[in-house]
Amino acid sequence: MNELLQQVINGISLGSIYALIALGYTMIYGILRFINFAHGDVFMVGAFVGYYFAPIISKFFGGSPFANGLLVMAAAMIICAVLGVTIEKFAYKPLRSRPKLTVLITAIGMSLFLEFGGQLVFGPDPKLFPALMPSSAIVNTENLVISTNSLIVIITAFVLMILLRTIVYRTKIGAAMRAVSYNHYAASLMGININTVISFVFALGSSLAGAAAVLYSSVYPSINPLMGIFPGLKAFIAAVLGGIGNLYGAAIGGLIIGLVETFVTGYISSTYRDAISFSILILILLIKPSGIMGKFEAEKV
Amino acid sequence: MNRHRSKLVLLASLVAAGGLSFLQPYISPYYFQIIIYIGINIILASSLNLINGFAGQFSLGHAGFMAIGAYTASVITTAMNLQPGTTLAIPMFLLALLCGGLIASIFGLLVGIPSLRLKGDYLAITTLGFGEIIRVIIQNLDFLGAARGFTGIAKLADFFWVYAFVAVLIFLIYNLIHSTYGKGFMAVRDDEIASEAVGINVTHYKVVAFVTGAFFAGIAGGLYAHFVTYINPSQFGFLRSFEIVVMVVVGGMGSIGGVIVAAILLTILPEALRAIAQYRMVIYSLLLIIIMLARPQGLFGGGISIKRFLKQNPEQT
Repeated sequence: MNELLQQVINGISLGSIYALIALGYTMIYGILRFINFAHGDVFMVGAFVGYYFAPIISKFFGGSPFANGLLVMAAAMIICAVLGVTIEKFAYKPLRSRPKLTVLITAIGMSLFLEFGGQLVFGPDPKLFPALMPSSAIVNTENLVISTNSLIVIITAFVLMILLRTIVYRTKIGAAMRAVSYNHYAASLMGININTVISFVFALGSSLAGAAAVLYSSVYPSINPLMGIFPGLKAFIAAVLGGIGNLYGAAIGGLIIGLVETFVTGYISSTYRDAISFSILILILLIKPSGIMGKFEAEKV
Repeated sequence: MNRHRSKLVLLASLVAAGGLSFLQPYISPYYFQIIIYIGINIILASSLNLINGFAGQFSLGHAGFMAIGAYTASVITTAMNLQPGTTLAIPMFLLALLCGGLIASIFGLLVGIPSLRLKGDYLAITTLGFGEIIRVIIQNLDFLGAARGFTGIAKLADFFWVYAFVAVLIFLIYNLIHSTYGKGFMAVRDDEIASEAVGINVTHYKVVAFVTGAFFAGIAGGLYAHFVTYINPSQFGFLRSFEIVVMVVVGGMGSIGGVIVAAILLTILPEALRAIAQYRMVIYSLLLIIIMLARPQGLFGGGISIKRFLKQNPEQT
């Protein structure tokens, strides 16, 4: 029983990180109808920002570990947001009127560029992410360990998700985002600046990836330039599972993928961990391609 | 070039491959290895071109098919304990390669079926996932050597084998594309709904593209395994698939000659630029981005229909 509870907590902790990344995929898909393959690599950059900023921040600000942790996360979020907006401006914007395949190939190219450019800049070997907060166990019995770290991950992720919900549903720019995702042309006739909204969505999505990266690295501290590939793909699967384009779907999908993955690792074999997510993807695409909460869109001639 | 002449060209290139293979002792092993890799990459890129370029189904799982072919053929030749030079070696090696191709094409069918419902990004991710699933499964199969790899494969592939298959594949694709039947692939790529409306069996063409492409990727895998004599699952990861995609995109989707040139160039370039080997993938990725921004039909491609396919957004017409 305790072991089951342990797996559930680990799964929710991992799943809430996937959910944060998946939200970025789903928002960008919702507005531009394409999958930003480079999103997982923006996540990787976030982890390295945290790695380089953590010592600087603790040296110059020297606040409590909690405040330092928040500052590190803010730094990762800001730099990732800038990176996301830059990628969109240079690589995707010139292709906006082109077919999806062109954009897809560009996105794959951008993803490889960040991965291998990252290897050149950060070095190919794994680095140890500094512990932002001393982790202590709240509950520590025979086979159940609940650490403060996993609780902080879950709480931070949920706070960010609620914040995102507020931005999307309670602010003016959020209304503009929803309008653009319905119809670019009509939204622009209503006086919405499409380019600003798209940039904002990229900034928002990428900053969530940056935050997720800091959370992820504080749980799995070994970081390297290729680390974004699998969390990125799994978050994408989570977004599809939940129904791409749907914010709640991305959150639910992330939690499901995180839980399934933890259970497979815990009860079957860790070697099948990566294969199971892809199997889920293939199944969901065959059975219900629109996902759990998505709506079916018929193709128009 | 009519049907008859292309057959003559095929025959001539097969004879040439046989003749040139006698030059092998005079070439340094290093250059010989590059020449073999060029041939294998031409097979991989051209077969992917059939799926990506002609049928317009963007697939990222080609290394998976290659792995299936490589492992199947290796298991067969190792079980029969084939040794190079024996009389049995040639027909049995051919048989092993064909089996590898066949098993790969069965998997091609399995991937082709979901592709009937998916397109664009979803298909790309699904095929990528498929390739990863294959890799993970091989990694967990102990009789295939699991993560340690499969060792002791006889070195059966040589210049003749590789380039004979290059010639056969090019012959096949050329004639397929220029036949009335083959026009269907491009029709499906250019406008699926319109093709369906004029009675083209879209399902049939998509599946045929996947099955044929996978078959030759399997053959390429078998040739590769019997040249390097050692394979392990990490050789067939998705970066391998990306490399093949880069060859097709750089050469020009739907351009037979362009893809061959790109496969040659992109095999030689990394070798020529050994000193800056760590930049290889960065250069590949920049190539992808720049080509998509500036010349989406690829460096050497340029048919009108492929330009329209890559430059016009169907949603805006």
